[in-house]
Amino acid sequence: MIATVGSFVLFLGLVLSLYGAVISVLAGRRDRPDLLASARRTALVLVALTLLAAGLLIAALVNLDFSIRYVANNTSRGTPLYYRITGLWGALEGSIILWALWLTGYTALVAWRYRGAHRELMPTVLAVFFTACAFFFLVMTVPANPFARVWPVPADGRGLNVLLEDTYMFSHPPVLYLGFVGFTVPYAFAIASLVTGRLTPEWVIITRRWTVVAWYFLSLGNILGAWWSYHVLGWGGYWAWDPVENAAIMPWIMGTAFLHSVMIQERRGMLKVWNLALIILTFSLTLFGTFLTRSGVISSVHAFSQSSIGAYFLAFLGLVLVVSLSLLVWRSDQLRGHGELDAPVCRESAFLLNNVVLVGMCFAVFLGTIFPLLAELVRGVKVSVGAPFFNQVSIPLMAILLFLMGAGPLVAWRRATLDHLRRILLRPLGLAALVGVALYPVGRDYPAAVLIFALCAFVLASVIEEFWKGARARQRIMGEPLAVAVGSLTRRNRRRYGGLVVHVGVVLLVVGVAASSGFSREREVTLHQGEAVDVGRYHLLFQGLDAARESNHDRIWANVAVTNQGKPVGEMQPARKNYLANNQPISRAVMRSTLRDDLYVILTQADVDRTTGTHLATLKVLVRPLVIWMWIGGLVLTLGTVIAVWPDRRPSGVDEEAAA
Amino acid sequence: MSWKKALIPLAALPLIGLLAYGFTTDPRAIPSPLIKKPAPPFTMTVYDGGPLSLEGLRGKVVLLNFWASWCFPACYEEAPELERAWRAYRDRGLVVGVDIQDTEAAGRQFIDQFKLTFANGPDPGGKIAIDYGVYGVPETFVIDRQGVIAHKQVGGVTDQMVAEQVEPLLKP
Repeated sequence: MIATVGSFVLFLGLVLSLYGAVISVLAGRRDRPDLLASARRTALVLVALTLLAAGLLIAALVNLDFSIRYVANNTSRGTPLYYRITGLWGALEGSIILWALWLTGYTALVAWRYRGAHRELMPTVLAVFFTACAFFFLVMTVPANPFARVWPVPADGRGLNVLLEDTYMFSHPPVLYLGFVGFTVPYAFAIASLVTGRLTPEWVIITRRWTVVAWYFLSLGNILGAWWSYHVLGWGGYWAWDPVENAAIMPWIMGTAFLHSVMIQERRGMLKVWNLALIILTFSLTLFGTFLTRSGVISSVHAFSQSSIGAYFLAFLGLVLVVSLSLLVWRSDQLRGHGELDAPVCRESAFLLNNVVLVGMCFAVFLGTIFPLLAELVRGVKVSVGAPFFNQVSIPLMAILLFLMGAGPLVAWRRATLDHLRRILLRPLGLAALVGVALYPVGRDYPAAVLIFALCAFVLASVIEEFWKGARARQRIMGEPLAVAVGSLTRRNRRRYGGLVVHVGVVLLVVGVAASSGFSREREVTLHQGEAVDVGRYHLLFQGLDAARESNHDRIWANVAVTNQGKPVGEMQPARKNYLANNQPISRAVMRSTLRDDLYVILTQADVDRTTGTHLATLKVLVRPLVIWMWIGGLVLTLGTVIAVWPDRRPSGVDEEAAA
Repeated sequence: MSWKKALIPLAALPLIGLLAYGFTTDPRAIPSPLIKKPAPPFTMTVYDGGPLSLEGLRGKVVLLNFWASWCFPACYEEAPELERAWRAYRDRGLVVGVDIQDTEAAGRQFIDQFKLTFANGPDPGGKIAIDYGVYGVPETFVIDRQGVIAHKQVGGVTDQMVAEQVEPLLKP
C-alpha cells in the first residue's frame, strides 16, 4: 500500500513541478501576477507532497516493510530504530528524496519570501527551481524509485551499510545537501537576471544571505564528512582526496570564490561576468558531485550503487552548462563593468587574485579527479590520482589564500600606496615572521607547515588588528568600554566582522590540518596480554580482549590502559564489529582528544594463542597533534556565519559597509 | 555577438562526452601485474587435510580460487561451476580454493552446502591473498603447468571462462 501511494505521490510531484515551471514562464512572459501566485501555491503543495513521500518511506523503514526493495536493502529486524529512520538517506534512492525535500523546501521558501517583490525576476527564478524539481522527481519516478517493490518478499533485510551505523548519521548528508541545494538560490536569480536582461547587481544583493547560508552548510557538511571519516572509518585520517570528497569540496571552493567576488560587484560594479560564471560553475559542480557519487564512473570508497541514474544526471548537467553559458555569452556585451582597476595593488585586485587562485585550485582538484578517466580514454591505462598530487597543488595555493585572507581586509579600496601598505601590514607580518622563526626548530622537517603556521598567525594578527582599530575608534567617539565597543562595532557592520570571525575559524581549521598532517606519530605493533607500547607521550598497556553480542553484530574489543608520563589517562577499548548480515568485520577505532593532540587507537587484529590461551592484539596507534582545533574552527566558523547573516534592524546598510 | 563566443557553451560538450565515456569503463577492473609472471609460492593447510603447497602442484594446471562465505551472490554462483570443472578435469588439472577473511565454521558450512570436493583451506593472516594482490572476492587465478599465471578472473568463474582460459592449457 505504502509503495503504491508513495510512487503515485512522486509521480504527482513530477507533474506539479512541470506545471509550476510552465506557469512561471507564462507568468513572466505575459506579466500575470495571478499565474505567479498559482506557481507559489504549487510550490507549497509540492513541498507538502515531498514531505509526505519522505514520511511514507520512513514509515516503511520503521515498520520493516520488506516488500519495498529500498527497505529490504537498508534495514533489518535487528537494526535499531535510530538507524531505520536515518536509513532514509543511507542509500541512493532515499538520498534523492532528501535532496528533493530540501529543494522543494527552498522553492517554497523563496516563492513565499519574495511574494509581491522582484516582479521581473521571480517568474524566471521559480521556473529554474521548478525545472530542477522536475528533474529530481523524474529521477525518482523512472530510474530510481524509492518505492520499487521486490518479489519474493525477503524474511529479513540486509541492514544499513555498517559504516553508516553511527550516532552522527543524522548530520552529514542532510547538512551537506542543504549546502548543495542552497546554491540553487543565487543560481536561479543569476539566470533570471540573464534571461530578463536586468543586469544590475540586484540579483547579487538579494541573494547575499542565501549565498552565505548555503556556503556555511557546505562548509559544515564537508567538516562533518571529515569528522565522520575520522571517527568511523578507523584509519585515523579525515581527508583522503577520494573522488567523492573532491566532489563535495569543489563546489565549496568555487562557492567561496563566488561569495567573495560578489562583494566587488556590489560596491564597484565590477567582475560581473566573473560572478555569473562563478555561480554557474558552482551550481554545475553541485550537480557534478551528485553525478559522480551515483554513476560508477570513478571508483571511490563512498560511491552509491551503480545504476542508469548516471545518464540522467549527466544529461541534466550538460543541459545546465550549455544553457547557462549560452545565456551568459548572449548577454556578455551588456555586462561590461562600470569600473576598472585603478591600481595594481588595491582591495579589488586582491579579490581578483582571490578568484584566480580559488578557481585554479578547483580546476586542479577537478583535473585530478577525472584524470583516471582521461588517461583510460587517451592511453588505455588505469591510473589513480591520490593525495600526493592534490597536496602538492593545494598547499602552495592555500598559502597564497592565507596571505590574501590576512592582507585583503586591511588593504584600501581603489588604490593602496606603498606607505599605506607598510603601515597596515608591518605589524601582522612582523608577528608572522616571529612565529615562523619560533616554530622553525620544531618544524625543521616540514618547512611548508612552518610557512602555513606563520601565515595563520598573520591572518589572526590582522583580524585582531581590525577589531582593535575599530573598537578603539568607537571608544574615542562614544566613550564605551572596550568589550562594549567591540560588540557595537560588530553590530553596526555584521557582514565585515562576522566575515573576519569566519576567517578565524578557517585559520583554526588550517592549523589543525597542518599540525596533524605534518607531525603525527604512528606505530603498529602486535601485543600479548600484559605487554605495552609507547607512542609519543603516551604509554599503552594491553590488558586483554572481551566480546559481546549486540542486536545485529558481534563485538570484540581490546582493553587498553593509557598513561601519560606515569599519570593514568583512562581506558580505551578499540573494537572490531562483525555484522551478522554480511559477516564482514569492520573496525571501531577509539580516540581521546585533548587540546594538544588526539590519541587514536585501532584494533586491526584480535586473536587468541591456541597453545597458551593468551590474548593477542594488533594495535595501530596514532598521536595526531591539534586535531581538535579543526572542529573548534568549525564552531568559530558557525559563530562568524551567524553574526554575518543576522538581520539588521534597519534596512540593508550597504552605505555604511562601503565606508568600511 | 561574434560566432567565436558562441563556441563557449559548446566547450562543455567534450567534458560531457568524457564523462559519458566513463559509463563504458569499469573503474574496479584493475589488470593484474602478475599475468605472465611466476605464481607466488604458498603453503596452506587444507580443511580436513594436511598441508598443500603450490610447488607440489607443478606440472598440473591450477585454478586458484579466492572466496569467502559472506561473498554473496558471486561466490555462491561460481561454487557449482568450480566443482563441475574439478570433476571434469581432475586428472589433468586441479582446483584449489582459498577461503579468505572468513571464520572456519562459516567456511566449512559453505563447503558442505555446495558439496565441494576439491581442496579448500583458510588463509590466516591473509598472506596468500596479499601475495596475489587480491582486493575482492571472488577472484581466480589460472596457473599453467609451468607455474606461470596465465589469467586473472575478477568476479565469478563461468563455463565460458573455463572453456576459454583453462582448456587450452590442459592440452599437452
